Amino acid sequence: MAKRIDVSGLTAYYGSHKAIEDISMTVEPRSVTAFIGPSGCGKSTFLRTLNRMHEVTSGGRVEGKVLLDDEDLYGTGIDPVSVRREVGMVFQRPNPFPTMSIFDNVAAGLRLNGNYKKSELADIVERSLKGANLWNEVKDRLNKPGSGLSGGQQQRLCIARAIAVEPNVLLMDEPCSALDPISTLAIEDLIGELKERFTIVIVTHNMQQAARVSDRTAFFNLAAVGQPGKLIEIDDTERIFSNPSVQATEDYISGRFG
Amino acid sequence: MSTATLTPKGPSTLRGARLPKWSPYAIAAGSIALAVGIGLAGGLHSRVQWGLIAAILYVVGTYAIAAAVEGKRQAKDRIATSFVWVAFLLAVVPLASLIWSTVVRGVKVLDVYFLTHSMGVVADTEPGGGIYHAILGTLEQVGLATVIAAPIGVLTAIYLVEYGRGNLSKAITFFVDVMTGIPSIVAGLFILSLMLMFDMQPFGFAGSLALAILMMPVVVRSTEEMLKLVPNELREASLALGVPKWRTILKVVLPTSIGGITTGIMLSIARITGETAPVLLLVWGNAFINANPFEGAQASLPLYIYQQYANSAGSGAAYDRAWAASLTLIAFVMLLNLVARGIARWKAPKTGR
Ligand SMILES: Nc1ncnc2c1ncn2[C@@H]1O[C@H](COP(=O)(O)OP(=O)(O)OP(=O)(O)O)[C@@H](O)[C@H]1O
Ligand SMILES: [Mg+2]
Repeated sequence: MAKRIDVSGLTAYYGSHKAIEDISMTVEPRSVTAFIGPSGCGKSTFLRTLNRMHEVTSGGRVEGKVLLDDEDLYGTGIDPVSVRREVGMVFQRPNPFPTMSIFDNVAAGLRLNGNYKKSELADIVERSLKGANLWNEVKDRLNKPGSGLSGGQQQRLCIARAIAVEPNVLLMDEPCSALDPISTLAIEDLIGELKERFTIVIVTHNMQQAARVSDRTAFFNLAAVGQPGKLIEIDDTERIFSNPSVQATEDYISGRFG
Repeated sequence: MSTATLTPKGPSTLRGARLPKWSPYAIAAGSIALAVGIGLAGGLHSRVQWGLIAAILYVVGTYAIAAAVEGKRQAKDRIATSFVWVAFLLAVVPLASLIWSTVVRGVKVLDVYFLTHSMGVVADTEPGGGIYHAILGTLEQVGLATVIAAPIGVLTAIYLVEYGRGNLSKAITFFVDVMTGIPSIVAGLFILSLMLMFDMQPFGFAGSLALAILMMPVVVRSTEEMLKLVPNELREASLALGVPKWRTILKVVLPTSIGGITTGIMLSIARITGETAPVLLLVWGNAFINANPFEGAQASLPLYIYQQYANSAGSGAAYDRAWAASLTLIAFVMLLNLVARGIARWKAPKTGR
């Protein structure tokens, strides 16, 4: 299921503004890779190029290659819709569909894509909710609206929705930034379980979180405001946090910068 | 700062003299009484003058009394509040009096017979007859106009919000704005010129076409606003699940905004229902029942009101019918508004637990 991501020479623009420049990295299957870096350095932008969500923004343009197990996502004839089915995404702010019940939210990906068997739907929803550690809290109110859950529950609902379509890769953009420590812990535990099945990439501003959940960590930085963001280094998380090879990384992690 | 200055004894700076809760009502009653007195004494006959004097007295009195008792700042607060009340009453009085006089004069001949008979065998100056043919005409003409304008309007708005980039969408937005300002008589003349070009006689559907021209820009504008209210995050959530864009619009964006869109359509229907000018030009009016909107002149409610009034030759019966038809029209428009509100509430995204 899980797939390797191989990025080479990736540059992304918003109109004429170059947001990230010449990024190359490899993300191993069945691992968690964390992106850290100062605000505005292009972590979200880079993450969104990995499932072709970047081009949804008006003026969004990408150069370079993203190989998903040897297939270039930006090659000719590649359908962005199919890419997004393989590479799922969880957003910073929980965004359940307000018109749908909890059940329908989880089933949304399958239903809207139209490829499912009716008899399997309930099973898949239950499995996904269990996978997102939410089943026990919502099993008695599956027909209630998803927006009636707490913020942390909504975020786990969004994770359940993302894993219900069985993607190969799961991208998470600051999934815990709106959550309390307990919900955060629940989601971190969940990430630990999910990495058995998926390739996970997570953006976070929380150093401890990066250290706790990830196997590898990538540090992004930008030379100055208005300059494009760049990948400074990517290495095993332990190394990044104990003995990084670039001075800027150490400064950022230890809180000394500028 | 030492705590000694905060001793509970002594006059508090946080509390001041306040007028009692009922004081605005008392001042209102007082100024009305005074205004009536002045009006009688000064021999002013117009009730409007009495009302204006009362309003001025109320505003001035509120300020003077509040300034004397509560101080300058509270007085300013109260004068602002009293201005809002006066403005509200000024807005409501014409509306209320319009509805009141329509109801009072309209109920005289409004009954089941009136609603179920036409003017076929009744001369305009005689009592009797009804508006069945006009209701039928209005429903058919407005219904056909909606069938044309609502889908085109909604699809245009979807294009503008979800797909429109660059010059084409700018041009469409510009023309929609221009269309919003088209006087109804011009829309009527436009269709009339087509009708004359093809040498056709007046018929209901021609009126529908003119009404559709008037309705379309309103639907586009209101739908556009509703679609813009749908958070982008929902679209992205759906796209990120691998849902194609058209399905995202159909299954996520439209259901989220359907309440508001329907409300907008209902309100635009309410707006065109009262249009008289294009119907006068294109549908002509008919004393007999004509259920076929595609052939022959038809009646319609606003047109009926106008024609009863114009052809009355001073007959009270025709006036009564015109008022009763007005009442029916107002009731129909109100019903549409209520239905629109009901739909908006029913379809609003649910947040309950
Ligand atoms: N929709 C957009 N249109 C234009 N420019 C954008 C857009 N989104 C982001 N940018 C620009 O791209 C650059 C990178 O932004 P991005 O959101 O990727 O940063 P980030 O690293 O995710 O920051 P944060 O940690 O605050 O989320 C910034 O300079 C930003 O101003
Ligand atoms: Mg970001």
